[in-house]
Amino acid sequence: MNTPLRRVGMAMMVMILLLLGNATWVQVINADEWRKNAYNRRVLLDEYARKRGLITVADGTVIADVKETTDRLRFLRTYNAGPAYAPVTGYLSVTYGTSGMERAENDLLNGSDDRLLARRISALITGRDPVGGNVQLTLNAKVQQTAYDQLTAKGFTGSVVAIKPDTGEVLAMASTPSYDPNLLASHDANEQASAWKQLTAKDANDPLVNRATQALYPAGSTLKVVVAAAALADGKNKDTQYTAKGSITLPGSQTPLPNFNGTPCGPGETVSMETALAKSCNTAFGEMAGQVGASKLRRQAEKFGFNDPDLTVPLAVETSTLGPIPDEASLYQTGIGQRDVQITPLENAVIAATIANNGKRMQPYLVSKILGPDLKSIEDTEPDEVETAMSTANANALRDMMIQSEINTGGEGRLQNVQVASKTGTAEHGSDVTKNNPHAWYIAFAPAQKPEIAIAVIVEDGGDRGLGATGGKVAAPIGRAVMNAYLAGR
Amino acid sequence: MGSPAPTGEGSPGASVATNTSPGLKAPTRRGTELVMLSFAAGLVTLALILVELNQERSLSMRILYLGVAYLALFACAHLAVRRWAPYADPAILPCVALLNGLGLVVIHRIDLALEGTVFLDGSTWDPVAFKQVIWTGIGLLMFAATLKFLPDHRMLARFGYTFGLVGLVALLLPGVLPGFIAPTINGAKIWLRIGPLSIQPGEFAKILLMVFFAAFLVSKRDLFTVAGRRFLGMDLPRARDLGPLFAAWGVTVAVMVLQKDLGSSLLFFGIVLVLLYVATERAAWVVLGLGLFSGGAIVAWKLFTHVQQRVANWQDPIARYDVVGGGYQISQSLFALATGGIGGAGLGAGRPEMIPEANTDFITAVIGEELGFVGFAALLLVYMVFALRGLRGAISVRDSFGKLLGGGLAFAVCFQVFIVVGGITKLIPMTGITAPFLSYGGSSLLANYILVALLLRISAAARAPQRAAKPKPQQPAIADQHTVMVERPK
Repeated sequence: MNTPLRRVGMAMMVMILLLLGNATWVQVINADEWRKNAYNRRVLLDEYARKRGLITVADGTVIADVKETTDRLRFLRTYNAGPAYAPVTGYLSVTYGTSGMERAENDLLNGSDDRLLARRISALITGRDPVGGNVQLTLNAKVQQTAYDQLTAKGFTGSVVAIKPDTGEVLAMASTPSYDPNLLASHDANEQASAWKQLTAKDANDPLVNRATQALYPAGSTLKVVVAAAALADGKNKDTQYTAKGSITLPGSQTPLPNFNGTPCGPGETVSMETALAKSCNTAFGEMAGQVGASKLRRQAEKFGFNDPDLTVPLAVETSTLGPIPDEASLYQTGIGQRDVQITPLENAVIAATIANNGKRMQPYLVSKILGPDLKSIEDTEPDEVETAMSTANANALRDMMIQSEINTGGEGRLQNVQVASKTGTAEHGSDVTKNNPHAWYIAFAPAQKPEIAIAVIVEDGGDRGLGATGGKVAAPIGRAVMNAYLAGR
Repeated sequence: MGSPAPTGEGSPGASVATNTSPGLKAPTRRGTELVMLSFAAGLVTLALILVELNQERSLSMRILYLGVAYLALFACAHLAVRRWAPYADPAILPCVALLNGLGLVVIHRIDLALEGTVFLDGSTWDPVAFKQVIWTGIGLLMFAATLKFLPDHRMLARFGYTFGLVGLVALLLPGVLPGFIAPTINGAKIWLRIGPLSIQPGEFAKILLMVFFAAFLVSKRDLFTVAGRRFLGMDLPRARDLGPLFAAWGVTVAVMVLQKDLGSSLLFFGIVLVLLYVATERAAWVVLGLGLFSGGAIVAWKLFTHVQQRVANWQDPIARYDVVGGGYQISQSLFALATGGIGGAGLGAGRPEMIPEANTDFITAVIGEELGFVGFAALLLVYMVFALRGLRGAISVRDSFGKLLGGGLAFAVCFQVFIVVGGITKLIPMTGITAPFLSYGGSSLLANYILVALLLRISAAARAPQRAAKPKPQQPAIADQHTVMVERPK
């Protein structure tokens, strides 16, 4: 009987070997297929089991918190004052992933970032749960809330960005319509799904898009400060004379380039650059752009931060461009911020801040500090001067012209006792400018002589003024209120 | 080969020594067993401490009680072996202690994971680890009793038919009894509910029937070796000798149909086949049996939806993930194993609450997740050592009944592991069956401890020095006899 018993023994060993081979396949060779399967919630649960880091504003007020629950997903992300900050914080959703700061600083917040390595190891040794690091933003709570309230008070679609000129700190970044990220962070799958459906509906007007960094608009007349800067760099000054005609014909074509309402820029044949900027004359700036030339204009724009596809703050930022300038006619149109000029509200705020900072462009940033779970600072962001966009003299000259522009600009909410330098824009867009309401722009900084805040405001599609909207009437009051909130609260 | 070989071909070392020099006492190897038992106890204690640490629980006195209870139980088991089966194989009990101990730790760990869980019917999770300790105690009592009251395994052969009848009744009883006493749990009707106790008579029937088959085959084995017709180069058994095989096949099918217990029927049929093969030493039985099995399996697959379900779940568990009775269970098991990977999540750091039936059929998946492939492979190897040591006892024991019974018991353990582990790793279709010594459940544990006692008894018989045979009549030494002339060869 021993021969068959030995064969049975062989069979037993073969069975165990088969099991070992199969286990090797499942656990080692082919493990990723099962581990990463969408039904496998283990990886997700691991992430939710770790206490995620907080997101705070500059004064330490928590805007993205965590709450321990009894759910299977242990920690619930909660957003205080959700909609006002949603464009910056983004959301953290089981089903729909992450966006905004939640995505940009995900590794740090969930604790897997290498900068937290030392703390992770100590957590391992002491047996405590690893915890994510905290992110402290540069946002000023008051300015941010004012920006959001100003946009939503009249139901505007648009964006406000405020920057501290001498550092590049982003003081406010609002975008409307916004959304409540708490709904997407909910642990209730149905609540998440219905919120998602609502937010991505066709008529919802893209609330999930952070317009400050993700939307590209025609710059309109706000680009005239860039053209003026290029002209100043080219040896011109505020008194250089340009045509004052109410309308000119674009070179090499029959297309007219009229001023706003076709009004001549001044009583004479010509006007100074200063007057042309103050009155936002298209004819003069078309001519100015034509004289500067495409390449110099482009270079000046790049010095202000155009054409930078890698910019992150650390939210990814769409690239602002002047677009192709194939001929003289398009150069004229580019000179007044139309044609193919595309700019983000953030970039427009950077332009204002650069002029305010004596022509030195600072890298804009949203994260001021990275803190460990123990609230000890791990990394402080140092202000970073990217480049000199203008000489100090030219920057001051441009500032003076912008002060004149502000004086010339209508609209409500003028700041008392504070001098403001600004430029408005009323950007036409779409195929039929007689039907599409223009976007209203306003870029500014204050106080003009010693700037502490620079802002850019855009209100899409004319806000509440329809076709009659101008930057001065619609966007300027918002910008002034935001600056006032900051300056009054100093 | 048919007659018991007096020299015990299996273990030359021990047996040869006893046979050639009766004056020397054979080593019992009980010291070796004690050392290995201590090692197993150390591993189990370490595992328990790891679980408690990873679950962030302070090491309470309760752990100490559990640990001390475990140590005391196996110390008693060791003493029982020392006293009643001193020549038993030294490796088997430590393997069992390790498996049982690890099972207790993992069951405790699953208790912690499910603590506070509220089920759909409003009931809460009731911890079972302590009950399993009690069952272990009762199991070891049965183990000791078996060793004490069964000094010679051959005594069992006398009750072969009685055991067979009782076993058959026990096996089929849950299938034919009405639902209030034999409820259907998780689709299988294999339980008997008597008062507060639930028992699985099939677990005991397995052993009873093995005793019957071994006794029956030994007494009739000459019949089965009579050749019938030759077919395809094989000697087929005579038609009338096929009776037992068909009977077993019929019982298997009955178990499958009445109780929907695919695992047990597969196990039972495999054991009968192996016993037949070992008794007759003819592969024809195996071929015939596999043919019958395949035929039966195909018919069952055609006829029964629960068989079709199992096969479909096995082919593509993910595709049937959301189907009721679909691939959810096996998918969760594969997710657990794959997420565990090579090194595992660590004891107490996995997610057993996501694995269905975690403390019974799927307990090896929990171990695979927390201890990784390394621990999983080690576990399989412990089972292999256990089964092969049992088989070694069967090979070296001198009587046919012992060989057959020992071989059957050892194979049963290994085959059961193959069925359950193969099922949870998607090597073969999943069939509900317990992992010996690991899974929670009193019946399984008690039955398996009796099985171990029988294996130890057989191995003890194999290694014990043979009792001195009746002294043969003294013959004068050859040298003293007269020389006899032998006819010279031509």
